[in-house]
Amino acid sequence: MPKIARILVAVAALLMSAGFVLPLWRVDLIAPQYPEGLGMLIRVNTVVGVKEQDLNSINNLNHYIGMKRIEPDAIPELKYMPAILGTLVVTALLVALLGRRRVFYGWTVAFGAVLLAGLYDYWKWGYEYGHDLDVETAIIKIPDMTYQPPLIGSKQLLNFVATSWPASGGWLLVLASVLVAVAVWKCIRPDAPPAMAA
Amino acid sequence: MAIFPKFRTLAGAGVLASAALLAFACAKRPASSGLLSADAAKAVYVAPGQYDEFYAFMSGGFNGQIGVYGLPSGRRLKTIPVFSQYPENGYGYSEETKAMLNTSYGFIPWDDTHHPALSQTNGEDDGRWLFINANNTPRIARIDLTRFETEEILEIPNAGGNHGSPFVTQNSEYVVASTRFSVPVPNTDVPIAEFKKRFKGQISFIRADEPGKMRVAFQMLMPAFNYDLARAGKGQSNGWMFLSMYNTEQANSLLEVNASQNDKDFVAAVNWKAIEACAQKGVLKNVAASYQHNFTDEFTREAKSTTITSVPQFEAKQCPGAVYFMPTPKSPHGADVDPTGEFIVAGGKLASVIPVHSFPKMLKAIEDKAFEGEFEGIPVLKYEATLAGEVKNPGLGPLHTEFDGKGYAYTSFFISSEVVKWKLGTWEVVDRVPTYYSVGHLMIPGGGTMKPNAKYLVSMNKITKDRYLPTGPELTQSAQLYDISGDKMKLLLDFPTEGEPHYAQAIEAKKIKDRQVKFFKLAESKAPYITRSEKETGLSRDGRIVHVRMTAVRSHFSPDNIEGVQVGDTVLFHVTNLEQDWDVPHGFAIMGAQNGELLIMPGETRTLKWIPRKAGVYPMYCTDFCSALHQEMQGYVRVSAPGSAVALSGVTSRGPQRAAAAEGAPKQKQ
Repeated sequence: MPKIARILVAVAALLMSAGFVLPLWRVDLIAPQYPEGLGMLIRVNTVVGVKEQDLNSINNLNHYIGMKRIEPDAIPELKYMPAILGTLVVTALLVALLGRRRVFYGWTVAFGAVLLAGLYDYWKWGYEYGHDLDVETAIIKIPDMTYQPPLIGSKQLLNFVATSWPASGGWLLVLASVLVAVAVWKCIRPDAPPAMAA
Repeated sequence: MAIFPKFRTLAGAGVLASAALLAFACAKRPASSGLLSADAAKAVYVAPGQYDEFYAFMSGGFNGQIGVYGLPSGRRLKTIPVFSQYPENGYGYSEETKAMLNTSYGFIPWDDTHHPALSQTNGEDDGRWLFINANNTPRIARIDLTRFETEEILEIPNAGGNHGSPFVTQNSEYVVASTRFSVPVPNTDVPIAEFKKRFKGQISFIRADEPGKMRVAFQMLMPAFNYDLARAGKGQSNGWMFLSMYNTEQANSLLEVNASQNDKDFVAAVNWKAIEACAQKGVLKNVAASYQHNFTDEFTREAKSTTITSVPQFEAKQCPGAVYFMPTPKSPHGADVDPTGEFIVAGGKLASVIPVHSFPKMLKAIEDKAFEGEFEGIPVLKYEATLAGEVKNPGLGPLHTEFDGKGYAYTSFFISSEVVKWKLGTWEVVDRVPTYYSVGHLMIPGGGTMKPNAKYLVSMNKITKDRYLPTGPELTQSAQLYDISGDKMKLLLDFPTEGEPHYAQAIEAKKIKDRQVKFFKLAESKAPYITRSEKETGLSRDGRIVHVRMTAVRSHFSPDNIEGVQVGDTVLFHVTNLEQDWDVPHGFAIMGAQNGELLIMPGETRTLKWIPRKAGVYPMYCTDFCSALHQEMQGYVRVSAPGSAVALSGVTSRGPQRAAAAEGAPKQKQ
C-alpha cells in the first residue's frame, strides 16, 4: 500500500474512535409550543436527550399517539455497537500497520458492509417504532397515520417537524469513510507506486 | 326682515363659538406633538419575541407582594407573593408554604411591603437576592432571584413598624432596618403619655448573606423618634449608615401638627464598623425576646418556622462614636448617598431646600468636636459644619433622591408633583419634569449604588385620577418612565401598576435571565412527601388523618379514584408533579375545600389539606391548563360516614368501566 493510503487509513481509524465520545446521530423536534426545541442524541452505547430532560419529554409526548417509550436499556444494538466500532478501529490500525493492499480491500468491504448494515438497522428501528403503535390506548388516533422518523432530513409529524442528521461523531465517521475511499483510490490508480516504495 | 333676527342669532352664536375656540386654543395643554409620541413609542416598544432590557421589582405596598415588570415596556411579568397569601399559586395556603407567614403573633395572612433592595457586591447590584420589608408586623424577607420565590423571612423584635427598611451595605454585609414607631422596649403596658420617658427607637443590623441563617447581628436602642428611610455609605463612606428621622419633638399624638414644629430633625450617621469594635469589647447584651425565623430549604421546598428567644442589644450611648446626629430640615423622609459616597442628600418633606451633607466635612466636624449639643448622649453636629450645600427653591415637598453616576441627582417632589434634576457640587437645578401625579419614590436602575445605569428613571406616583380609563372609585397607581440618557429628561411611557409601588429596584436583564431555574429535578428533591413515580403512589390512614400520595402528569392524576375517606377526616393530598420540563405546572383543587388550590411546578410536591364535612363523592381536577387533554385531568374522592367499612383505596384504571364492576368487586389496579 502506498504510504499515503496507510496514513489515511490510520487517520480514519482515529476519526472513527471519536464515535466513542461524540454522538453519532441527532434527531431534532420543533413545534410551535417548543420554540426551544427537543432532541435526541444517539451515542454508541446510549440514547440521551439534547437537553437532559428531552428524552423523558419526547417519551411523554409520544404516549399521546401510542408510540412506545424509547428506553436505551431495551435497545440491543446499543450493547454491541461499541464492540463493533472498537473492532473497526483496531482492524483499521492493523491494516495501516500491515500495509497489504488485499487485506486493505477486504477490510474496506467489511467496513462498507458494517456502515450500510448500521444505516439499515437504524431505518428498521425507525420503521418499527413509527408503525408499531398501541392503537387501543393511543389518545390521538388518525386513520392510516404513522410516525416513522426520517432516516435523514426533515419530515412533518403532526405539529412537530422532525429532522434526522448525523451528529459530530457521525460526521467524523463520514469523513473517515471519505479518507478510506481516497486511500482505496490511491491504491488502485494505474500510476500508483509499487507496494514497497516510499 | 325675517332674516335679521336669525342673522343676529347666528352671528351671536358665531362670536361665542370663536371665543370658545380661541380660549381652547390658548389654554395650556400638555405638549404632545406627533413627532414626540412616535419617538417615545419606538423607545418603549419591545417587539414580539424580543425581551425587555431590565427587570424592575416594584413593591406592592398594601398588597404585600412584589410586582415584576419589564422595562422599557412596562409590562407586568410576575407577582411574587411575600407577606400576603396568594390564591393564584397557593402561597400561604398549602401545607409547605403556610409557615412562611408565621409570626410571634401567630399566622398572619397579610402585610404592607414598601422598599425592595437588591443584594450588592462591591457596590453593584449582583442579582442574587432581593430584600423587602413588612411594615405592619415588622419583618424582612429575602427573595431568591433564580426562582423568584420568597425563601426566608425574619421577624424583627422590639420594633413598632418597619418602614425605614431594608437598606443593604456595599457588600451585603448587613441589611439595616429601623423601627418606624417608637414603642416601649420590651413592649409592656404603659400609659401612652409616658412616651418621652418609656418609649425607645431601635435600629437593627441584620446579617442575611447566608441562606437559612438570617439573624439580627445587633440592635441599637435610640431616642424615641420616628425613624425613616436610610442609605448605606459607599466608597469613601463605606462602614457608615445614614438614617433619616422625624418627630424629634417626640410627639405621640396628632403628629401631623406636633411633629412638624421643629425647624430641623436629624439624619443619623451610624458607624457600624465602630459598633463591631464595641461588640468585640462586649457591649452587646443578649436580651430576651421572642420572634420567628421562617426558611424554605431549596431541596425539601418546605417552610420551617423556628422561634428565636434572644436578641443582641445595646444602647447607642454605650458605644461612643457609634452615632452622630446631623441636623436636617424639616421632617426628613429619606437620606440618599451619591455614588461616590461623598454626599448625603436629605429630603425634608416640609423643607424649602434640599440640604446635602458632606461625608468628609462630617468626619472633620467629629474630629474637631463641632457639636451644638447632644441628645440622650448622642452628639449633635453643627449644621453648617457638615453641610456641603443646599439646593435652593427646588420645588415643594422633596422626598427621595437617586443618581445617574454622571454628577447629577434626581429628587422627587410630592407636593409640586415633579422630578427635579440638579447638579452635585454646584447645587443648581438643571431640569424638571411633571409627574402624573404626586410622585413618591423614583427609581434609576442602580441609582442607589456605586454604579447607576443612567438610561431610565421611573416615577411611582400616589395619585392617578385621569391617567387611564376610569375603573370605579379605586384606581391603579400610575407610574411613568423617563429617558434620562440626555441632558433633559423625556417622558416615554405611562403605565399602571399593581398594589401601591412605594419603591423599586431594577437590574439589567442579562444579569439574571440565564440563571433562571426552569424546573425542579425530581432526583434532587428531598420533599418529605414526594412520590417519584406512579408506582409509588398510595394512601395511608393515621387515626383521623389520611395521607394521599399522588402524582400529576399530562394528563392524569394517579390515583384518580379514591375511596375510604370519612367525614371529619383531615385529608392531606400530597401531589407530586412528575413533569421534568419547562413551563408544565399542574394545578389541584377539590370541591368544597375550605382552602385555596395547589399550583405545582414540575418536580415539586405540594400538599392541600381538606376536611370533608358531608358524605358524598367529590370531584377534583387540575386547575392549570396543562395539555390538550387538560379537561380530562380529573378524579373523584368518595367520602363515607365516620366509622364506615369502606376500605381506603386509590386506583387509576385503564379500559372502559364495565357495568359488571359491582360494589366491592376488585378493580384493575394500574
